[in-house]
Amino acid sequence: MIQLPFVCDTKLLCNLIQKKTVRVVDVRKDEQYNQEHIPSAVSLPFAKLLEQDSPTDTRTILEHLGVCDGYPVVVYDDTFGALAARVAWSFQYVGHDNTALLETTFSQWKKLGLGTESKKNSFPKQEHSLNINHKIYADASYVQSAQTSHDKIIIDARERLNYLTEHIPSAKNMPYTMVGGNGSILRSPEDIKRYLENRGISPGAEVIAYCGSVGTLSGLTYYALKQAGMDNVRLYSKSFKDWKSLGKPKEEVNDANYWDLSAE
Amino acid sequence: MEIAENIDSVEKGVLPKPNPMWGRTEESENFAKNVKHFRQKTLSDDDFRRFRLQHGAYGSRLQPNYSMVRIKVPGGQIYPEQLEKIANLSEAFSIGSAHVSTRQNIQLHWVQLEDVSEIIKGLADVGLTTREACGNTVRNVMCSHLAGVCLNEKFDSTPYAKAIARFFIRNPMCQNLPRKFKINFACCEDHGLARIADIGLIPLIRDDVRGFQIYLGGGLGAASFIGHLLEDFTPETRLLATCMATIRIFDRHGNRENMARNRMRYLVQELGWEKFQKLALKERSIVEMTTSTKTASLFDIKAEEEEPIIPRASGEKMSKLPMLSEQVFLDSEPYQRWLHGNVIPQKQKGYFTAFITLAAGDVTANQLRVLAQAIRNLSLERSARNTPHQNLAIRYVTADGLPEFYSQLSSIGLANPGALTISSAVGCSGTTSCNLAITNSHRLAKEIEYKFLELGLDTDDSLRDTTIKISGCPNSCGQHEIATIGFFGGASRIGATMAPTYTMLFGGDSGEFSVLAKPIMRVPAKRVIDTIRKIIEIYKKDNTFKGSLQEWIDNILRGEGTGIVKNIENMKLLLTPVVQLPPAEKEPELYRDYGNDIKFSAKTARGECAA
Repeated sequence: MIQLPFVCDTKLLCNLIQKKTVRVVDVRKDEQYNQEHIPSAVSLPFAKLLEQDSPTDTRTILEHLGVCDGYPVVVYDDTFGALAARVAWSFQYVGHDNTALLETTFSQWKKLGLGTESKKNSFPKQEHSLNINHKIYADASYVQSAQTSHDKIIIDARERLNYLTEHIPSAKNMPYTMVGGNGSILRSPEDIKRYLENRGISPGAEVIAYCGSVGTLSGLTYYALKQAGMDNVRLYSKSFKDWKSLGKPKEEVNDANYWDLSAE
Repeated sequence: MEIAENIDSVEKGVLPKPNPMWGRTEESENFAKNVKHFRQKTLSDDDFRRFRLQHGAYGSRLQPNYSMVRIKVPGGQIYPEQLEKIANLSEAFSIGSAHVSTRQNIQLHWVQLEDVSEIIKGLADVGLTTREACGNTVRNVMCSHLAGVCLNEKFDSTPYAKAIARFFIRNPMCQNLPRKFKINFACCEDHGLARIADIGLIPLIRDDVRGFQIYLGGGLGAASFIGHLLEDFTPETRLLATCMATIRIFDRHGNRENMARNRMRYLVQELGWEKFQKLALKERSIVEMTTSTKTASLFDIKAEEEEPIIPRASGEKMSKLPMLSEQVFLDSEPYQRWLHGNVIPQKQKGYFTAFITLAAGDVTANQLRVLAQAIRNLSLERSARNTPHQNLAIRYVTADGLPEFYSQLSSIGLANPGALTISSAVGCSGTTSCNLAITNSHRLAKEIEYKFLELGLDTDDSLRDTTIKISGCPNSCGQHEIATIGFFGGASRIGATMAPTYTMLFGGDSGEFSVLAKPIMRVPAKRVIDTIRKIIEIYKKDNTFKGSLQEWIDNILRGEGTGIVKNIENMKLLLTPVVQLPPAEKEPELYRDYGNDIKFSAKTARGECAA
């Protein structure tokens, strides 16, 4: 079985679909999936993953999608890759390493003139083991300890105005809009590498990414950094919502009415 | 014009016309390198600041790690590909909105210092630059947004503005001036800001020779001056030498000690106009004698000329739109109201210029993308001009194309009416991002616009030529001194509580009869809208006067009011009840600035204009 890269291009996916050696996971809503989807794709609405969002539940999901240990899985969405990234990360977290993000959204897939179908797919249930990959996960206390550590960098993936309003102290802002690209969900690794270099983040550093509530925007950051060659990336999947609910300290940029510059 | 095609042809060694390449990729790399040196403390704060400003990155309000990146739009002309690039850069590195300034720049705010180089790089891809947009340099060279289509102009000054801009950008002679230097080209005596610039130029033809009326030493700021006419007529052959001579005199004699008095207008004032004029004319002779042909050839007007526009619409059909002059009302069709307040005819029969209403100059990335596409589809010129009123002008739209243009704008919330009316208030960035600001002038301008559109004041033609301009401090980025009703921000103690207040000014005007507005009285920030409405109410009650609000205000300033308000003193008396605030304990909200729910305090930091 092929070992997928972090991000799977459309050519590779078409090839694997043809050979029937891939599980394609559509994380859009039920009704969108029912209308049309990538050939052979199974449906996993994003909300369903979040219902429990525990490792054992994620494993059960994998099993019901007919994914056994090591079987190639490619995830896609139509939300600029953020939902797909969070699902793909969850699979990797429970030990399903052979998971990739599709490089495009479903809309872009269609724009490229690639095939779709509307029949519902399901596959026989498989057994899947549970090998939690602790190295890609962070909780609030881990983030807290990283705040004072020089070789750990906390990245806030929310938009600039949200970050300025309040953020985890010592976090740096790298909005998800910075890692998204034109025509594909992520910019080229060269661009991302240059952004990191400009910010003085060395490839060997450990990065912990978070966003507003469930780790979707920061999920995209996770994949952008991995694809750019950073080995040590963690996702604080419960993100700023969790941080705030725990009553942890926040940092804010005061004395400027920056929101009033927005034309929204 | 296809920028992408032009880039290809540059690679093939053929420079397209006009040459769109203002930016340089190596300046991006250089910027990134210097940010690192600065962070590693191998480059001093002062040296880095100077470098940063030279490359168009201004510090953000009380936050040295963030920048406002100022994109120059030479002559104010910008192309769809460039608008789309700015949209992308704004989303990736700024706040998802861009801001059109009063000097035809487009600003991206709250950019992390480490990302500025990426913006410079992205801009260079589409020919734009931030080079010398800040700092002690020749700033963006402005050109009237109506140049080329103005009914009263003698000729199109756009290529001249671009040629002057290209001559001075990166030119060693103006990399370290005593202070910033501003050049404005007008189209005619009425449009453009020729008399409030260091060098202001109005096109003129004499004996079949093209030339300019050149004004020197004007400018707005803490102390403002109207420019002086250098000579009756300056032929185009002497244009470059005149500009070079003026800059050389400023460079040599300008004040490098006192930051508050180092603009050229102070030098003119100190020497006296006649002495300065003599110096300038003498220096011009020296420049003409000593400038090499090679140097002079770098000033190339022909290279900046656009391909001539061949009208595809016949001049006969729909050359006049009746709705432009017909009265509209609050309940008129939105399209009619938009036409009335946003569209004017061009000298080219059958073509119209449509203005895009941007609240205080702000526009989202998505709006820019839709606008870029609309420009491609419906403007024969395929470009936009940004206006000093913080709006965008899209020219060469046919009468037939206007409904479609309107509908494309409406689809993304860009079809607000009133761009050419009292409702389109100008507001500098104020406390949203500027170190010098005391008040949130930006939000106030937006509040005025929303309120006045809601009230339908844009439909009242007697208010149409009245302008409202607001700055967040006495410096004049909001150009309050050329407004009919201007405001600049400050802080006042009212009772025992500090409150944001504005000094209200009356009667400013730009153009041939430029006049600086006169301070009238202080108005608490939260009373500004009520105060303007009260002024309009008093004006409307004055049955003895048939002219516009602007004319009525001018009369009162001269003490020649004909109704119950004869002069400024009468006016102040009538406005006094409106500007009173109830005690702070009762209405604390009125003592706060717009956009704030906390107690007001005036916080400022060092300005960077002069660094």
